[in-house]
Amino acid sequence: MALPEAKQSPTEARLASLSLPTAGCTRDAREAALARVREMGLPGRRDEYWKYTRPDTLIQPEAPKAAVFTADEPLMFDQIDRLKIVFVDGVFSPEASDDLSLEGVQIERLEDICCKDFHWAKELYGVLEARGQNPVPRPLAALNTAFAADGVAIHVTGKPSKPICLIYKHESETSDAILHHVIRVESGAEVTILENGPAASRFNKCMEIDVADGGTLHHVRAQGRDHERRAATHMFTRLGEKSVYKSFTLTVNGVLTRNEQVVELTGDEGVAHVSGACVGDGDFLHDDTVFITHDAVNCESRQVFKKVLRNGATGVFQGKILVKEGAQKTDGYQISQSLLLDDDSQFLAKPELEIYADDVACSHGSTSGAIDETALFYLRSRGVPEKDATNMLTLAFLAEAVDEIEDPALVEDIVARLQGWLARRS
Amino acid sequence: MLEIKNLHVKLEEEDKQILKGVDLTVEAGKVHAIMGPNGSGKSTLSYVLSGRDGYEVTEGSATLDGEDLLELEPEERAALGLFLAFQYPVEIPGVGNMTFLRTAVNAQRKVRGEEELSAADFLKLVRAKAKTLKIDADMLKRPVNVGFSGGEKKRNEILQMAMLEPKMCILDETDSGLDVDAMKLVADGVNALRDEGRGFLVITHYQRLLDHIKPDVVHIMANGRIVKTGGPELALEVEHNGYADILAEVN
Ligand SMILES: Nc1ncnc2c1ncn2[C@@H]1O[C@H](COP(=O)(O)OP(=O)(O)OP(=O)(O)O)[C@@H](O)[C@H]1O
Ligand SMILES: [Mg+2]
Repeated sequence: MALPEAKQSPTEARLASLSLPTAGCTRDAREAALARVREMGLPGRRDEYWKYTRPDTLIQPEAPKAAVFTADEPLMFDQIDRLKIVFVDGVFSPEASDDLSLEGVQIERLEDICCKDFHWAKELYGVLEARGQNPVPRPLAALNTAFAADGVAIHVTGKPSKPICLIYKHESETSDAILHHVIRVESGAEVTILENGPAASRFNKCMEIDVADGGTLHHVRAQGRDHERRAATHMFTRLGEKSVYKSFTLTVNGVLTRNEQVVELTGDEGVAHVSGACVGDGDFLHDDTVFITHDAVNCESRQVFKKVLRNGATGVFQGKILVKEGAQKTDGYQISQSLLLDDDSQFLAKPELEIYADDVACSHGSTSGAIDETALFYLRSRGVPEKDATNMLTLAFLAEAVDEIEDPALVEDIVARLQGWLARRS
Repeated sequence: MLEIKNLHVKLEEEDKQILKGVDLTVEAGKVHAIMGPNGSGKSTLSYVLSGRDGYEVTEGSATLDGEDLLELEPEERAALGLFLAFQYPVEIPGVGNMTFLRTAVNAQRKVRGEEELSAADFLKLVRAKAKTLKIDADMLKRPVNVGFSGGEKKRNEILQMAMLEPKMCILDETDSGLDVDAMKLVADGVNALRDEGRGFLVITHYQRLLDHIKPDVVHIMANGRIVKTGGPELALEVEHNGYADILAEVN
């Protein structure tokens, strides 16, 4: 069926600005993805899934300019011993990166997987993304699969001694980066993946994660402080039996962020936790869109999202738990909350449950509110100045999400970043 | 020390007068008690003194050591040495009790130009004071008042008071909800702080607390005014006869 004109021309305009990488074993996957894009069309304002977030600037042919932010503070996770993989405006930088060898894991640049023994990566590339197009289309992810300019394949076969950290530097005001990573965690293996940095003026990132039975993947990311940057990210995760996936995202600033998480629990007793804390001030829209499918028994999923909004900032949450027929004993939890620091800010939430099994426990809740005046007075009556008390209560509000991170060193880093944001506004 | 003159207070949002001319002076080193029927304005008085929003002072004044309290922010009043043990202590999820205490202590020290307490010194101090109030380490780590029993909340108020060492302490029904042993602990906590330089205003419904914390002066508040003032015997009279006689007498 042909796309309506309103979709067709912006889609073709965007496609015209890109070209498929020529060689490589991902060529078939890329062509198939391109066909998906053409079939779905890029997101438009009328799409139900984009009701709260305008996709215009994410799909227009050129990336809108975004000033490069020079940080007055050390890089995120700098205190943590980690293997660094650096991308500058979406291009891998071997000079800035560490040596990629680490026991328990093999890492290859995407363009090199063809000449190496990385069959699993060739077989994974674009596959989870394609699966994730149902029942809701995610055309920006298909666009990513087709045109990704760089990325890494990470094969976790053991328990590497330190986290693998993807660092995304933003140096050009007009950069338009498309990165695609594939990760396979083997049975019984365990890894922590960190990501940080704004990446580019406009960033389209897709990560496909396949966790085999009994594997564990922890993911913590911080999206960078550049005010004008835009990002659309997708994480597609497939979980096997007794596997664990825990992902946390911190977003501080950024004019537009859309983070989609698509998780499929395909083996019994799997665990998936996705969480996020964001703080936005002024021209800021942050959208968490989550889709968790329970397709096995005894699985647990949690979604914990907290947003602090001020000066007209907007927060969006679309979260769904789909429990398929037969996915008995599902334990699903979802909470999305916003703290509005003034009357101009807004939070738009669409929590959804769709359940086809009868023996499940699912709960969801969404709230939006101001600082608790009674608690504020209590703190002030003990001598804590109003600003400090407000900041304490704001951090306390975010704590439920931040507490989803297991590693205390990472928690400390995230909290410090949040404190910095609050302090700059006091 | 604390001087309240002809204090008139109404609700900000409604045309409702709650305090209708309160006169009360608490001298340094003294313990004053306020008793009075429900709804007579005792908590309102304590809130207005500590600076809670929602009330409007229409007449009168309140000073602490000569400083106009009503002009100050709640945190400034606290730094001056005013403390209110809440009738209903507030639960604050996500803020650790210990972090809260330390932030409060150091904020006040900062205002007074004193050096901040180091983490180690603070810990030592808080542990020692918590021990005398039978507050265990676990309670210190938990979020402020969250999941505390009624009595635990009240003991936590006294711990805060002990840590902050205010010069003017207002206790709003700190005895309600306490078992006999806890009441003794709380009273001991208060008595330990009694000294020349410190004043207490103890709001209570029960003579029992006043057996442990011996007041110098007892006031009866009714309908937004102090209607009678006397010695400890006044509390006994209320205990035995209720308020009817006193109210009849003043009307
Ligand atoms: N914010 C408010 N909104 C409406 N009414 C209020 C408010 N604050 C106080 N009042 C009213 O003012 C009166 C005095 O209340 P207050 O809490 O001061 O009484 P109290 O003497 O402390 O009573 P109790 O012994 O029951 O604690 C009551 O009638 C109460 O309902
Ligand atoms: Mg009261």
